[in-house]
Amino acid sequence: MEDGGVIQIGGIEAAGLVKHFGDIAAVDDVSFSVGEAEFFGLLGPNGAGKTTTIRLLTGILRPDAGSIKIDGIDLLAEPFDAKMRIGAVPEVGNIYADLSAMENLDLVGRYYGLSKDERRLRSKTLLETLSLWDRRNDFVRKYSKGMKQRVSVACALIHEPPVLFLDEPTEGLDVQSRRIIIDLVKQMNRKGSSVILTTHNIEEASRLCERVCIINHGKIIAISTPEQLRMAYEKNLAVEVSFNGKIDRRLLEECAPGKIEEWGDKFRLLTDDPDKTIQKIMEIRREHDLKIVSIQTVGPSLEDVFVKLTEETK
Amino acid sequence: MKARVVLRSILVTTRKDIRIYYRKAPVWIFGLLLPVFLFLAFFIGRELNMKEYFPGFLAMSLFFTASSVGPLIIPWEKQAGTFERMLSYPVSLSTIVIGDILAGAIFGTVISLIVVIIGAAFLAIEVTSATVLFLFFAAGNLCFAALGTLLSASSGRVPSNTMMLSSLVRFPLIFISGVFVPLGNMHGAGAYLAYGSPLTYLVDGFNSSLGVDSFVSASIGILVLVLYSLLFFGLTIILLRRNLMKGL
Repeated sequence: MEDGGVIQIGGIEAAGLVKHFGDIAAVDDVSFSVGEAEFFGLLGPNGAGKTTTIRLLTGILRPDAGSIKIDGIDLLAEPFDAKMRIGAVPEVGNIYADLSAMENLDLVGRYYGLSKDERRLRSKTLLETLSLWDRRNDFVRKYSKGMKQRVSVACALIHEPPVLFLDEPTEGLDVQSRRIIIDLVKQMNRKGSSVILTTHNIEEASRLCERVCIINHGKIIAISTPEQLRMAYEKNLAVEVSFNGKIDRRLLEECAPGKIEEWGDKFRLLTDDPDKTIQKIMEIRREHDLKIVSIQTVGPSLEDVFVKLTEETK
Repeated sequence: MKARVVLRSILVTTRKDIRIYYRKAPVWIFGLLLPVFLFLAFFIGRELNMKEYFPGFLAMSLFFTASSVGPLIIPWEKQAGTFERMLSYPVSLSTIVIGDILAGAIFGTVISLIVVIIGAAFLAIEVTSATVLFLFFAAGNLCFAALGTLLSASSGRVPSNTMMLSSLVRFPLIFISGVFVPLGNMHGAGAYLAYGSPLTYLVDGFNSSLGVDSFVSASIGILVLVLYSLLFFGLTIILLRRNLMKGL
């Protein structure tokens, strides 16, 4: 059942998932659903339970309680059928360094029962899209981290799965590799694949995901669209100001007793009364003969919401 | 459909193991060199009847080769991060383990066949029952490849730990299994220990198929090896489930 009562046919349904490691509940009664062709983000600080949740949903671990349906198929009752519909890039999921990119893709294609022609054709298409065709026969051990991760993503896509799990797929990658991977995943999503993305890059999640789920201490603490989450915290406004020269941040402390953050050449003053804060900034500007380069009122970013929510549940 | 997917996951895993782990030159060199060194240590400078001791030597070669790489595959895969990824494919722990066992058994078969061919060519070894020899080949290779995977299941992602455990378990077995001292010459605790070792039944089975005195009937010997294979397989699954998070 989709949040809000809409029945799901494809995608993912997780209900009441529980996983303990000793006395620690790594995943504690987690329930959510991801619709067909939905781009869904799973966010949380380190150790929140994201990777364990993904491991449960991909059949790597078996939950202590709860149920999982992948594309309408019960993962626990029919693991082989359900896994045929999954493509996964695990957090530490690697590829075989002693095989070439083509051989890695061929191997994965065999696990999914693709014919020789399908394996060859899809490998060619994927490696061309990922700018790796010229290096297709080199051993993966000679690849850079970004190239390895591109092959890893290609391995998850070779069987064109309806459900795709990506656990930190762009962590520590160069800009080019990140863009190539994200573009390919977006393309799969447009073709109808549901995507679950876990990432620390909240900006990326905000840009890509239709809905995000914030998880901490193994529990879901919020699940909604990035925009709705931001709006729920709209009262947490800020004024961003930059001056023509470097100033002592202590000068601004009376403008925003709450919190001041330095963002490059800007100061970000968190406030629930932007008008009053701006007036005070103007007074300081006059008193110290400063020149304002830019000033604006900004709402909370998804990162602000994330920090606030995870701090609340500490 | 499920049976086809299960069979496919086993065979693809076997193929993957052979392609990645067993086709390496050092593995082959080690696989062939070890029997040669064992042969030299065994025969050179001793007035032994080649024909009488050859079955024990063959059993020892099969035992070492079939169980040589298996202990390392899962630790290597855990270390490389490929084990976690493989678990998300349409496979189960059982199909992965059966695939690993088959790969070890195939490797053991090939190396042991080379030993038999060389033995037949240079030592005038006579095969008295090809069927019994074949059945012991198959059962022995499965049994000791299964022992190899069992050794891999108990450790995490550090291959050196597994190698230590592997040596600790495998080397003592050859001294209590009728390889160096014929089963008929063993008495007391030594004999009891020998009958507890699966290698004993392989040595005895090879004895019976290569025209040397044997003490256990071939059917019982094969049954014991099959039962040990199932035991090793079952224990591997239990240990892997318990240690699944170790090294992921």
